Amino acid sequence: MSHKQTKLTQNPLQKIWVPWMSSKLSRRRGSSVPQFTNSPTMIVMVGLPARGKTYISKKLTRYLNWIGVPTKVFNVGQYRRDAVRTYKNFEFFRPDNEEAMKIRKACARSALSDVGTYFMLEHGQAAVFDATNTTRERREIILSYAKDNGYKVFFIESICDDPEIIAENIKQVKLSSPDYIDCDKEEAVADFLKRIECYKVTYVPLDDDKDSHLSYIKIFNVGSRYLVNRVQDHIQSRIVYYLMNIHVTPRTIYLCRHGESELNLVGRIGGDSGLSPRGSQFAGALGKYIKSQSIPDLKVWTSHMKRTIQTAEALGVAYEQWKALNEIDAGVCEDLTYEEIQANYPEEFALRDQDKYRYRYPKGESYEDLVQRLEPVIMELERQENVLVVCHQAVMRCLLAYFLDKSAEELPYLKCPLHTVLKLTPVAYGCKVESVSLNIEAVNTHRDRPANVEVSREPEEALLTVPDHI
Amino acid sequence: MTNCPTLIVTVGLPARGKTYISKKLTRYLNWIGVPTKEFNVGQYRRECVKIYKSFEFFSPDNEEGLKIRKQCASAALNDVRQYLTDEGGQVAVFDATNTTRERRDTITRFAEQNGFKVFFVESVCEDPAVINENIVQVKLGSPDYTHCNTDEAVEDFMKRIKCYENSYQTLDEVLDRDLSYIKIIDVGRRYLVNRVQDHIQSRIVYYLMNIHITPRSIYLCRHGESDMNVKGRIGGDSGLSLRGKDFARRLGQFIQKQDISDLKVWTSQMKRTIQTAEGLNVPYEQWKALNEIDAGVCEEMMYEEIQDHHPLEFALRDQDKYRYRYPKGESYEDLVQRLEPVIMELERQENVLVICHQAVMRCLLAYFLDKSAEELPYLKCPLHTVLKLTPVAYGCKVESIFLNVDAVNTHRDRPENVEVSRMAEEALYTVPAHQ
Repeated sequence: MSHKQTKLTQNPLQKIWVPWMSSKLSRRRGSSVPQFTNSPTMIVMVGLPARGKTYISKKLTRYLNWIGVPTKVFNVGQYRRDAVRTYKNFEFFRPDNEEAMKIRKACARSALSDVGTYFMLEHGQAAVFDATNTTRERREIILSYAKDNGYKVFFIESICDDPEIIAENIKQVKLSSPDYIDCDKEEAVADFLKRIECYKVTYVPLDDDKDSHLSYIKIFNVGSRYLVNRVQDHIQSRIVYYLMNIHVTPRTIYLCRHGESELNLVGRIGGDSGLSPRGSQFAGALGKYIKSQSIPDLKVWTSHMKRTIQTAEALGVAYEQWKALNEIDAGVCEDLTYEEIQANYPEEFALRDQDKYRYRYPKGESYEDLVQRLEPVIMELERQENVLVVCHQAVMRCLLAYFLDKSAEELPYLKCPLHTVLKLTPVAYGCKVESVSLNIEAVNTHRDRPANVEVSREPEEALLTVPDHI
Repeated sequence: MTNCPTLIVTVGLPARGKTYISKKLTRYLNWIGVPTKEFNVGQYRRECVKIYKSFEFFSPDNEEGLKIRKQCASAALNDVRQYLTDEGGQVAVFDATNTTRERRDTITRFAEQNGFKVFFVESVCEDPAVINENIVQVKLGSPDYTHCNTDEAVEDFMKRIKCYENSYQTLDEVLDRDLSYIKIIDVGRRYLVNRVQDHIQSRIVYYLMNIHITPRSIYLCRHGESDMNVKGRIGGDSGLSLRGKDFARRLGQFIQKQDISDLKVWTSQMKRTIQTAEGLNVPYEQWKALNEIDAGVCEEMMYEEIQDHHPLEFALRDQDKYRYRYPKGESYEDLVQRLEPVIMELERQENVLVICHQAVMRCLLAYFLDKSAEELPYLKCPLHTVLKLTPVAYGCKVESIFLNVDAVNTHRDRPENVEVSRMAEEALYTVPAHQ
């Protein structure tokens, strides 16, 4: 066995130690957690229309992307709408409509082909194949395709017989579909119900005996029961855990930062200071606002840092502290102003502007690290109903990016001003955001990406976008 | 995170892994900070009926036997009540067959009366190979069979299982649709999960779905001796000393000789563990979660310096080393939280070598060896020593392998005087020697 001198070099951006010699061992990009995927995974939805397949597809995709698994949805209905410009009525979906069958099959194949492109050329790791896939024949086509290409397959079947849930589903997302743009409500509902009947005739659910060799989860009645079969690997285990924690009960999530802190006032980052007088005012105003919202059974969460706890204290309600909600650790730059960072660590400052998401402060964290740390918070937020999270700028950006499906590039620049509450309400396939400013002045702590991010830049160029402070 | 205490109730024929699951789940929950205790009704029966004669005791028409068994179940439930209500317990695992709906109804009523939530864990398995292996691993060594030879014991146990089969009412999709439960089929090939009520049940389900019983070994070791270690300094991100590099080489040789199939190697993101792994010449994964405990303001200090600059902190740490958090740093308690995903993935994996750090290794070891929060921070994890953990029966066999390269001792015992008022010498009494 060779004794090569173990010389390591630390990647300046992410502070990851890698061997000096580029070896085949380090071809994986460094990150906070090991990447557990080798083969790409096809996640295949199964179920009658209006069973929440697209809802699950989009939500799951959002979650996987947020935790760092490049994922994309391939909605076959979309391909169909692109192929058949105008939707007439449910007759298109009749099992004996040969013409339409041909088109639908072609759309599925086209989507599969795009899945292949996504995996092979676009570094995708998971693809969600969102269609009814209600026949064994269709599922065989997909399995064959995956087998030929070395992709893993995981089925998600949604089974629901509750007419109320289906009606609500139709109301929330079908009535506004491009298919029903020129119909009135009753027409649309009647047509859609006939559409569902077309599928019922040929629907063969995943069979516990015949399909016992497949990997899948069956979700019954929006999560009251689950059947999980043959979870193969880490990512499938995470998907199952996530699906078992989400729900569709209406609720609202409130996100805000602590009140303005003493360090905020003087333009310093990090630290563990208390609230400024205006910050205390905000805490009071927040309490009034929360009361006025009359939120049933509101949970309040804070970090372990003084400023969020002081803010929550003013609410007069029970709150829970999460260390995971602590602000990003700025390492050697803790308690410094941007001017001081530029003076003492100009190269670090530039590297951060080059890739703010992956940049790790020396002896500190990166946004990427933050996301890993916040994952249990997101999981619990999914389980909960009405929650107010009192946190910090970088933390709030990460949480917001999860709810609003923002990319790693956008995330570190999301605007999360002090003294502003973001009220998030899940609606249809996404999240409605209301920004509520509580009308108490505060410093601006948002530093935009400057035009010049080169290490060679002048200090003025670096400090151009630093917000004002004392 | 729990308000109501939770009663976890196992369900299943004998030799279906109920006690294995009970003990493992209890160990996991305690490790993540949820006070949990298991109540094995068979244990109560053994205390009541001092000598086990034969399977006849379990015959469904043995009225005397039935009476005793019912009493034992009641006694166990009583202790459950005490644990959850008076002793600060949060979860109790009621480990028995609980194979009839009648017995389960009794338990459900008991829980309702006391304000406990109930979660059933049923294990269903018909694979004779699995059942046989189960009997070999844990039944033959049971107190019930100390006076039997293997064949006698197996035969008797099979008849014992038969006694339960006729009255076994598995959790039913329709009849039991309002209960919260997980049904584990064929050692994890398939799961049926019904009505998960809350966070703790969700975590329990996730955990149960990630564990397996495939034989494997977990190797734990620290990085090779580092330059900081030699100087008696804590934390930091230094490289290996010469002896540390020697250890890395020997570790590579050791691993090769062990001839482990499909070994995964994990390190932290600190230089010293990565340098150690580099010496193995195999692919490895870096986990930030495996980084050493953050000593905050005490990073890179010697204990003597900590005593000098932060004598109060130093004393507080000795008072409660598990919960003590370094200023701007972490506590062992924080470490456990951060390591939970590592443990979860270790459960999923098979053969793994984890190259980590002293405090981290103590946390991982405490999980595998079921050590309390009090013992954890004082577990001995010397440099240049590999711990080989092999799951066996209900626990873990540990082999300690010293790779014969000298290193400094970095273990500081709890000194006698932990008062803030103590003298410097008293504080520094147990500091290991260094340059």
